[in-house]
Amino acid sequence: MTGTWWQSHLVLLVLFAFFVSLVFAVIARDDTREQLRLGGLMFAGFIASALVLGWLMYPFPL
Amino acid sequence: MRATAAEETQSGALVLLCVASWAIPGAGHLWLGRRSKGLVLLVALPLMFAIGVAIRGRIFPFELSDILVALAAVAELGIGFPYFVAGGLGYGGGEVRAVTYEYGNAFLIVAGLLNLLVVIDAYDIAMGRK
Repeated sequence: MTGTWWQSHLVLLVLFAFFVSLVFAVIARDDTREQLRLGGLMFAGFIASALVLGWLMYPFPL
Repeated sequence: MRATAAEETQSGALVLLCVASWAIPGAGHLWLGRRSKGLVLLVALPLMFAIGVAIRGRIFPFELSDILVALAAVAELGIGFPYFVAGGLGYGGGEVRAVTYEYGNAFLIVAGLLNLLVVIDAYDIAMGRK
């Protein structure tokens, strides 16, 4: 990998997913356990969908 | 039907609450006594905006000739004071050749839009809907 860590798409993707999940979990739930659960699910969903979509787009352009 | 003095005072306080919540992310929740939520938002949203600036994102100007630039500016303005502070200090010029430019824009725009959601959430709490 070339460049510094903050130039990594994966690092920035994880950071972005973290912040968005955190804010949504905080405003959507009042209980801490529920916030952790929703935030964790959203974070995992962001990362998993980005990786899956990334691999699906891997062959393009053909 | 005329509004009573109490209702006018309440609506004035609601406007002030929304303005404070917009200007300083999390301030509305702190005002309403939701201390932990307010502190998380107070740290997370400006930090997300600062990361966007640091990785060479652009603070878009209000150029009505280019509707996408104007929309991006409106979204970024949603973060409140940090928008003006960063612009005033000369940050946010945007480096289009930087590999992180688009990510920076995504951080800046989404931080502003999330803060607008936070304002709506504070309003809902104040109205007793949550």
